[in-house]
Amino acid sequence: MPDLLTVKNLKIEATSYPPGEPPKTVTLVDGVSFSVEKGKVLGVIGESGAGKSTIGLSALAYGRGGASIVGGEVLLNGKDILTLGRGGIRSVRGCKVCYVAQSAAAAFNPAHKLGEQVIEASLRHKIMSRPEAEKRALYLFRVLGLPNPDTFGDRYPHQVSGGQLQRAMTAMALCPNPELIVFDEPTTALDVTTQIDVLAAIKHAIEETHTAALYITHDLAVVAQISDDIMVLRYGKTVEYGTTQQVIEAPAQDYTRALVSVRQTKRDEAADQSDKLLNIENVSAAYGNGFKVLHDVSMHLPKGQTLAIVGESGSGKSTLARVITGLLPPSEGRITFDGKQLPPALKGRSKDELRQVQMIYQMADTAMNPRQTVRDIIGRPITFYYGVHGAKKTERVKELLDQIELGDRFLDRYPAELSGGQKQRVAIARALAAKPELILCDEPTSALDPLVAEGILNLLLKLQEETAVSYVFITHDIAIVRAIADSVAVMHRGRLVRFGAKSKVLSPPFDDYTDLLLKSVPEMEIGWLEKVLATRRMESAGN
Amino acid sequence: MAALGPENGPAPTTETPAAGTLQPQAAAVAGSGVVATMNTGVVGGTFWRRFSLRRPLAALIVQRLGLSVGLLFAVSLMIFGGVEALPGDFATTYLGQSATPQAVENIRKDLGLDRPVTERYFSWLGGALQGDFGTSWASRNSVSEQIGKRLGNSLFLAFFAAIISIPLAIGLGMLAVQFRNRLPDKIINVVSLAAISLPEFFVGYILIVLFAVKFGVATFPSTVYDSMGFLERLSAIALPVATLVLVVLAHMMRMTRAAILNVMSSAYVETAELKGLGAFRIIARHAAPNAVAPVINVVALNLAYLVVGVVVVEVVFVYPGMGQYMVDAVTVRDMPVVQACGLIFAAFYIFLNMAADILAILANPRLRHPR
Amino acid sequence: MNLRSIPISAWVGFAGIAIALICALFAPLIAPYGESQVVGDIWLPGGGDFLLGTDNLGRDLLSRLIYGARTTIFVALAATVISFSLGMLLSFTAAVTGGFIDQLFSRFNDLMMAIPTLIFALVVLAVLPQHLWILILVMAVLDSTRVFRIGRAVALDVAVMEFVEAARLRGEGTGWIIFREILPNTLSPLLAEFGLRFAFSILFLSTLSFLGLGIQPPAADWGGMVKDNKDGIIFGINAALIPGGAIAALAICVNLVVDWLMKRTSSLKGGRGDA
Repeated sequence: MPDLLTVKNLKIEATSYPPGEPPKTVTLVDGVSFSVEKGKVLGVIGESGAGKSTIGLSALAYGRGGASIVGGEVLLNGKDILTLGRGGIRSVRGCKVCYVAQSAAAAFNPAHKLGEQVIEASLRHKIMSRPEAEKRALYLFRVLGLPNPDTFGDRYPHQVSGGQLQRAMTAMALCPNPELIVFDEPTTALDVTTQIDVLAAIKHAIEETHTAALYITHDLAVVAQISDDIMVLRYGKTVEYGTTQQVIEAPAQDYTRALVSVRQTKRDEAADQSDKLLNIENVSAAYGNGFKVLHDVSMHLPKGQTLAIVGESGSGKSTLARVITGLLPPSEGRITFDGKQLPPALKGRSKDELRQVQMIYQMADTAMNPRQTVRDIIGRPITFYYGVHGAKKTERVKELLDQIELGDRFLDRYPAELSGGQKQRVAIARALAAKPELILCDEPTSALDPLVAEGILNLLLKLQEETAVSYVFITHDIAIVRAIADSVAVMHRGRLVRFGAKSKVLSPPFDDYTDLLLKSVPEMEIGWLEKVLATRRMESAGN
Repeated sequence: MAALGPENGPAPTTETPAAGTLQPQAAAVAGSGVVATMNTGVVGGTFWRRFSLRRPLAALIVQRLGLSVGLLFAVSLMIFGGVEALPGDFATTYLGQSATPQAVENIRKDLGLDRPVTERYFSWLGGALQGDFGTSWASRNSVSEQIGKRLGNSLFLAFFAAIISIPLAIGLGMLAVQFRNRLPDKIINVVSLAAISLPEFFVGYILIVLFAVKFGVATFPSTVYDSMGFLERLSAIALPVATLVLVVLAHMMRMTRAAILNVMSSAYVETAELKGLGAFRIIARHAAPNAVAPVINVVALNLAYLVVGVVVVEVVFVYPGMGQYMVDAVTVRDMPVVQACGLIFAAFYIFLNMAADILAILANPRLRHPR
Repeated sequence: MNLRSIPISAWVGFAGIAIALICALFAPLIAPYGESQVVGDIWLPGGGDFLLGTDNLGRDLLSRLIYGARTTIFVALAATVISFSLGMLLSFTAAVTGGFIDQLFSRFNDLMMAIPTLIFALVVLAVLPQHLWILILVMAVLDSTRVFRIGRAVALDVAVMEFVEAARLRGEGTGWIIFREILPNTLSPLLAEFGLRFAFSILFLSTLSFLGLGIQPPAADWGGMVKDNKDGIIFGINAALIPGGAIAALAICVNLVVDWLMKRTSSLKGGRGDA
């Protein structure tokens, strides 16, 4: 079968103009070649900065934010679209090639109804008449499983949920009957239980319409479900390119092997769970406007162990962390720490009580003052809690830098001069500097690339062995729970659904929500999505 | 004086317009406590809560109206109270240092200063609501009569300045966006940066020197009489209008440019581009509807300023409007006139800022089409 | 910072400000005649003994312009420094404390801003006696409302960042949080805002003086000089345009520097760089 899209030796550069400095040119993509057959899906996978979105947009001859294609060919049906000129490129975009963005919420125009936006390209390119386009939109809404498909198009973007918007964006891309769709991380911003629905909808729609697709993501497990071929990128270059089966089951490169085996770590739970370092009893909490976000939550954590709190956005897991820290005093219930009741509000806590509980944030970027050096960032808790200054302080900072596997040369760097993983390590060191009993980790790895995240998890485990610190680990990722937790609390809509030792919580019999959550996490296994969908159909048929 | 310009708006040289597309009502507007007040809800009660849930748009507008009335009331208090806080006494000021105690006593009675403060405030406010601002201390004439005539003159001036500057500013702003970072944009940027630095009176006098003295094509001073015909009037105000336009144009243009740029760099405009739509269609269909709210905001802010900007321009051109009246009254400390003019100027300012907010609320699809 | 990275426009601005500052500091040394010394006929044309001619009372215009720089810059700078200190103090307190204090300050600020600055100034100056320090205070208080708004917005932007929360959780006091965590991250935009407020103060002072409500004669200041000489305009005497031009030039210079500072700030924040 002839290739629909062939990209040869693609080279993309971006030029930025820092004011007052000579323009800087960076190569984003270098010498990448691939092809997509009609009706097939190519998965493009890589870490952030690997150039995957840039490659995807090149199929529409588009450069985002100063990026421009400086070399190579992008052949669509054998014709290089880069040489087409403005009018020619316009006749490709939205007609032969369509695009689905990561954030549909931003990509839809807030001023127009969804239906109008979905059929706009079809009408403007004179692909179909208005009634035909409306009929097709309706059909696509049905295929994608959108609620009330008849009236869905009359709604405005802000009136529907994120998962629905993402499906609507897929409908918008499919509507003009394109030959190729570029999906740019379409499920990354969604919760796992929503992600599986959208993923299934996209897969179904692609099969139904025989459209080819470029599916861009950072999650190998997701791409394994949907693509025929996989291309692995790193630093703008191809690492490995082959069929899905070959890449997943017999990866040839070290980097790919690492990606495949990531998140496979599992740890046995610690046995003794009797003494309670942290005990949360019947805690409820509400925001200032009276909106109740936590309902009667109880859990506890033994010394030197890890409690994982799992849930999706809106489950109240981060709110619980705020309650533990005292930022949001609970409206009911109490928290005891080391046998003593913690004062509910931050203001009421003593310096030592504050020292015992430290926190690590999701975004290390915003969690560190950009105007302070690593020395100041890590050194401050040492001075603040222990009154240590000067050479002694520096000594201790160096010690901590060794512990987090960074070393002296980072002492006088600013956060902007560190990579994402290094920043998170410094944040961990800052927490350790206080010699706390408990560290609250609020999704510390979810903003990181998988391999870096694994490094952070291993570091946390190592530190626990060395210092016997306890962790409350807030996450949405079951794989992380398996890797690090001793006990697990599952939360949903502000309530505790399930709590207990890891082995008990993660094995049947399940309650409905835990079941859904566990089954929604993509596994690195071809055909996993079909299997899950099949069980679901069976279950619903059984009911 | 351009720098007295709409400083309420975003700083003139910033690139980020205060009026985002998501929360146009959050635009920096005098009294934009609106947003916070709206969210926390100044009015309690289940009826209001139900009303604001069912008709959020109407509720927001009602709240914004209420806020304006409240502000105006507070402003009247401040203007009146500020005058009360005068160190020394009016009567002394009024008569000069050489006044005998008896004369001071008489004049106090005459001016009604012997009555209690609250009584005087409410009679003043009551009068003001009915359009009666008392009598001028200086001329012993009715303040309202004087203001009636002069207010018309000032509005005449501001009106023509507005209908010339608004389309011009929006046009130039769009031009600057179209040629972003290219020569026309850079020229517009430098010229407008210079223009916002020019004091109004300087612009006015330069125009006078050029057009009235050198070429003799315009008249100065711009006196107008009751008996003047419409066209005569127009030619008389040509120079002051030109001054106001120049002064307000730069601000309005820079803010318009920033507002449109903000919309043009949004993700949905990129989506439109990736749909293969033409440039015109992208601007007309996708950018314009979202740029309307911030641009309306910019316009209303500048109009609010225009009403105030007439003060200096009127003095420069000896134009018989409210501004000149007020400045004259301030120099002779004619308090009833100062209070009246201050209140009226503030009222216009508050009203236009309110209009800006309400139009922005109306233009926001999230509020127009609640969930 | 790299000196070569400063664009020409900013250099022009710096040069203009420097000239004005030198005039202001060394006025008695530079000026050929005294501040209010009558040296000749009224409205003599420029050239000869009087480089820029004489004014409406026969005083040397150049000398008055140089002395005027002193008054204008001193008053404007004093007003800006006070308004800035006041606005920053209140806005940072409001942003960090939050809650009732924040609401109180913000609502009162809204009220102050509901009256146009010039009108407010006119009403207040009509009531208060004419002293230099009163003028400075009135200008400062009115202008501090704008500083408050910007300061609060900037401080809130930073105050919601997690590193500030981290400092709070550590148990740091308000002083540390304001001066060590928030302030260093807001210096750049605040510096630009300071310039903007200074340019505004120069223009505002000139306007008040032009209206006869600012600096009182015989002290020389640029706005007042325009007022003194405005009657000459219809006779073709341009003495009023010279101080007017000086005001404009200084304001433009300040704005050029501010413009550069703003662009620098936005690029530091990783803005899109749509300059």
